[in-house]
Amino acid sequence: MATVETAETAVAEDGGVRRRDFINIAAVSFAGAGAVATVFPLVNQMNPSADVLALASIEVDISAIETGQSIKTSWRKQPIFIRNLTAEEIAEANAVNVSELRDPQTLAERTTAGKENWLITLGVCTHLGCVPLGAAQGEIKGEFGGYFCPCHGSHYDTAARIRKGPAPTNLEVPLHEFLSDTVVKIG
Amino acid sequence: MVRIIGILIGLFFSGWLLVSFGMGAKEYITNPPVETAEHAFHKEAKDVSFTSDGPLGKFDRQQLQRGFQVYKEVCAACHSLRLVAFRNLEEIGYNEDEVKAIAANWPIQTPDVDPATGEMSTRASVAADKLPKPFANDVAAGAANNNAIPPDLSLITKAREGGAPYIYSLLTGYQAPPADLPKANQPGPGLHYNPYFANLNLAMAPPLAAADMVSYSDGTKASIDQMAKDVSAFLIWSAEPKLEERHQAGWAVLAFLLIATILAYLSYRTIWADVKAEKKKKSAEA
Amino acid sequence: MSFPWAKQYTPTTEFGQWMDKQLPLPRFVYNSVGAGYPAPRNLNYMWNFGSMAGLFLVVQIVTGIILAMHYAANATIAFDSVEHIMRDVNSGWMIRYAHANGASFFFIAIYLHIGRGLFYGSYKAPREMLWLLGVVIYLLAMATAFMGYVLPWGQMSFWGAKVITGLFEAIPFIGKPIQELLLGGFAPDNAALNRFFSLHYLLPFVIVGVVIMHIWALHIPGSNNPTGVDVKGPQDTVPFHPYYTAKDGWTIGLALIFFTILMFFLPNALGHADNYIPANPLSTPAHIVPEWYFWPWYAILRAFTFDFLFIPAKLLGVLAMFSAILVWFFLPWLDKSPVRSGSFRPKFKIFFVILVIDVLILGYCGGAPAEEPFVMISQLAAAYYFAHFLIILPLLSRLEKPEPLPTSITESVTGKPLTTAS
Repeated sequence: MATVETAETAVAEDGGVRRRDFINIAAVSFAGAGAVATVFPLVNQMNPSADVLALASIEVDISAIETGQSIKTSWRKQPIFIRNLTAEEIAEANAVNVSELRDPQTLAERTTAGKENWLITLGVCTHLGCVPLGAAQGEIKGEFGGYFCPCHGSHYDTAARIRKGPAPTNLEVPLHEFLSDTVVKIG
Repeated sequence: MVRIIGILIGLFFSGWLLVSFGMGAKEYITNPPVETAEHAFHKEAKDVSFTSDGPLGKFDRQQLQRGFQVYKEVCAACHSLRLVAFRNLEEIGYNEDEVKAIAANWPIQTPDVDPATGEMSTRASVAADKLPKPFANDVAAGAANNNAIPPDLSLITKAREGGAPYIYSLLTGYQAPPADLPKANQPGPGLHYNPYFANLNLAMAPPLAAADMVSYSDGTKASIDQMAKDVSAFLIWSAEPKLEERHQAGWAVLAFLLIATILAYLSYRTIWADVKAEKKKKSAEA
Repeated sequence: MSFPWAKQYTPTTEFGQWMDKQLPLPRFVYNSVGAGYPAPRNLNYMWNFGSMAGLFLVVQIVTGIILAMHYAANATIAFDSVEHIMRDVNSGWMIRYAHANGASFFFIAIYLHIGRGLFYGSYKAPREMLWLLGVVIYLLAMATAFMGYVLPWGQMSFWGAKVITGLFEAIPFIGKPIQELLLGGFAPDNAALNRFFSLHYLLPFVIVGVVIMHIWALHIPGSNNPTGVDVKGPQDTVPFHPYYTAKDGWTIGLALIFFTILMFFLPNALGHADNYIPANPLSTPAHIVPEWYFWPWYAILRAFTFDFLFIPAKLLGVLAMFSAILVWFFLPWLDKSPVRSGSFRPKFKIFFVILVIDVLILGYCGGAPAEEPFVMISQLAAAYYFAHFLIILPLLSRLEKPEPLPTSITESVTGKPLTTAS
């Protein structure tokens, strides 16, 4: 009987933390810390892998897009709309009172200086991620002549800004850079 | 009952094994196996060391770049390196622009679909591409190489017993067949004698035939031995690019585990102290 | 069930009491591997390998689930998807090497665990069911490991699958149809790879289920101990926690140190170079061998070189190989010696040592090329293996005179006879 009890009673009698307790606590904490550290690589493996990250930027030839036309391309497995705006569309976008917008931004803020006719946006509705219509020929462009998301009826204008419908923000403009007059690098 | 059946089965298996042993032994004695020429003339890989050897091993990036140059200028004409991407070359010390240039100027282009016509076509490679293969497929590779398909080199140092020293030995091991080599083992047409190769005769002609086949930009003298060593080191990297990370992580984990285990052992000792003390006391009494 | 003196679980916090009423999971754990399980006080370090096997089962399941997130079970891309894990996935190389070497450590633990059971008579009454469940776990682990080895779709994977499914071909009449059924074709291909992946994912969870039954069956009679003498009273036991949790804890640390050394510094030492060559149905590797933990059985398979009457040697080899493991199912009834522990069986002890050496020799021969003299040596070694279990053990229990047993565990520990029953 004595065998079983000694360890327990000794601890119970002594209120403070003694050397033996300290060692036990240290050992358990160490094991716990090890277990937590192990979790990191086990979770981190779910992050994008090196080959996925390597595709993070693409170069697109835009020489074939005529004024008023637009193309869909894919970047990081997401649709990208590249639109060559007409002069009227630019004027229309600039005529809007920015302060009245849900997500106030001017067309200039959304395009590269000197290349305001090139509107490059993600083709992903900021509401729930559908692909809006309006990029391909013959598709509905919505009430504001830009893009229209058929899922829940979000209307975007010619600067791809949200004007009507449930989407909270404008279509996202990805980081892009004109390498030359005809080649744009996205990402 | 179980035991009787068991003994009978046991007698059968053991008995028949002993009989088989007897018959095999008789055959072995009366008709001893002769050593094959492949066995007699085969040589084990040379003893050569690399900076990546051992638990502290690290790559010599300068050497890896030299090895890559040898691969690019000598091996790549026939051997693919299909698991390595151009972007991986940043790991051996090239910067982003150098990698882009290497990819764009690679002599073989990356197969792709022509975006305008949809026809199969090729384009210049980008950093994200894997190194393009010199032959479209094994049939093409065989047809161009006298039916001997040049193996892919990405994993070669892990895919051969003997690893990198074997590759090095093979590259430097070509020699004239010894005079006493049996006729059946003499290199036939298109074959080359190399005692480090398992069946002694290799379809690959000596790839590093002369010194200075490549000219190293870092001024290292490109002797055959140096080129063979460099390309072997490069192929260690291509087979195990995470080797350095692995060694580093290993030491960190080991250090942690050592401390944790010592603590756990001390904890075990304190917990058992009472039981052990009681045991000692009782033993003394007895 | 447990010994009457086992500590009772008494929840101290209010939440503990509420939990105990609604779902007494803490009580269950307390009674299984906590202070509520009294274990013999004299267990030696051979009793630590059960928990080690459990640890590596968990390592395998965790790393395996992660690998399955990146692996593609399709014959055209399986090999490349493994290399994708090794090269591109964050820490992928670490997880894959942990999985590949974790299998070896699981088998190291399980073999030492079985060896301990064999020497200390842990298979004898009242623990037959415990032993039988253990053999089932071993068989399931073999199947899991075999199918796992096929998944990287290298040369050894392919030819291993071909050779092992080829064993079924040895069965008369229905062999060929069975082989085609297993493979879903005439040679290993997509169909086989996919079903092996599915089963390789499933079986570890079946193993977990059988392990739970194994532990359940352990708790009914309680643990065996190095003397083999039954627990007589409270003085013979200590609570599992903290005594054996602490002991298991520090040896798990030790095991992980060896695991780390292998996994980070020699990750391919136990593997085979040929498995880094993509599967090629048109070219067989010069020397097909399974993973090291199958070598003894592989040696027995190859030891049969001559037909017996109308039974072809191949079928004999297959029968013998399966019998070599299935014989363990009958072990409790083959060895009827009333003494459990080999420590008190002078002759058994000698034969046990011979068996261990014999299995090591079989293992060496199984990993060696199928040439003489290895075949002859494995014939002798296999003959002893069957003789040991099927002839020597049944006869030994009649012929051997065991040494006197200690009257109790406490006496064996302190050397002092029990005076009072307190």
